[in-house]
Amino acid sequence: MTGIPTVLDERFRAAAAASGDLDVAYDVLDDTPVGPLLVGVSERGLCRVGFDPEPEAELERLARQFGPRVLRTPKALDGVRRELDEYFAGCRHAFDLELDLRATPEFHRRVLEELNRVEYGHTTTYGALAAQVGAPRAARAVGTAMNRNPLPIVLPCHRVVGANGSLTGYGGGLDRKEWLLRLEGALL
Amino acid sequence: MSCAGIPPFERFYESHSGVVLAFLRRRAGRDRADDLFQETFLRALRAYGRLEHGEHLRAWVLTIAANAVVDAARRERPTAELAVEPAVEDELPPVEELAQLTDGLPPKERAAVVLRYGYDLDYDTIGAAIGSNEQAARQAASAGVRRLRKEKEQR
Repeated sequence: MTGIPTVLDERFRAAAAASGDLDVAYDVLDDTPVGPLLVGVSERGLCRVGFDPEPEAELERLARQFGPRVLRTPKALDGVRRELDEYFAGCRHAFDLELDLRATPEFHRRVLEELNRVEYGHTTTYGALAAQVGAPRAARAVGTAMNRNPLPIVLPCHRVVGANGSLTGYGGGLDRKEWLLRLEGALL
Repeated sequence: MSCAGIPPFERFYESHSGVVLAFLRRRAGRDRADDLFQETFLRALRAYGRLEHGEHLRAWVLTIAANAVVDAARRERPTAELAVEPAVEDELPPVEELAQLTDGLPPKERAAVVLRYGYDLDYDTIGAAIGSNEQAARQAASAGVRRLRKEKEQR
């Protein structure tokens, strides 16, 4: 992509990751069961999981939200890659990653924190989540918070379904939601 | 936070790394170019968060590369260099001194003047840096100098 020798390119990217000068280190995991995933970490923790295989818009958004020093540095994502691999293999039921939600508005953050309590293999509803954050009439706003979840899979918005049990919607598409729920045994 | 017009560093690096490496190989030789390449982009990364706009990034990173070459030469021949130009840490690098002098010039003329007289780059490289060719770089530098002279006379 850069037209320079791979060794030199990789050496710079590793040095950049080690320098502590990056706002966001990211990588694209090409071969997950739900397709390519863009994952990003800031100095505070995981700040992005994106389904969009074309990362252009994602990079612009990361630069706007966290600062322009956004660089692909696979090494910095080793821990995230490992936990996701374990999750997809069915042997990890909870993530131990630090999360950076500073770019998420306060109400959405509260909803996401509540969402994070929904356990592997279980589901909840938009209305129930709304009630749990003390805003029982805000089911629609909870839906918006799910749709804008910056960390899908890790913050399990796929575990939120309609009051009648239907899958309703998913930012990454209903196929992926269904796949994730089947993986967890929440759908048979 | 990101300002309008400043691309994510990844895009900046992809766009300019090839030109920077070619420049360093010409100026410092193949053996040294690899180390200087890394140093150049680490310096650029450090400063990138303080950029106020995204114009002339190629010229900007080439001035950083030129500085890295000069600094490496100083490290290798410290006494000879020190006699001519003390390497004081907080001294303004030439680009910033010239940047102040040339503040009122149109962007292309300014970049050409700074790269030519601040960093002694050849017109071919400057042409690439301002997204043009050797002749345009020559003309921009000379137009810039004429304009500066005129401004000085009017003062």
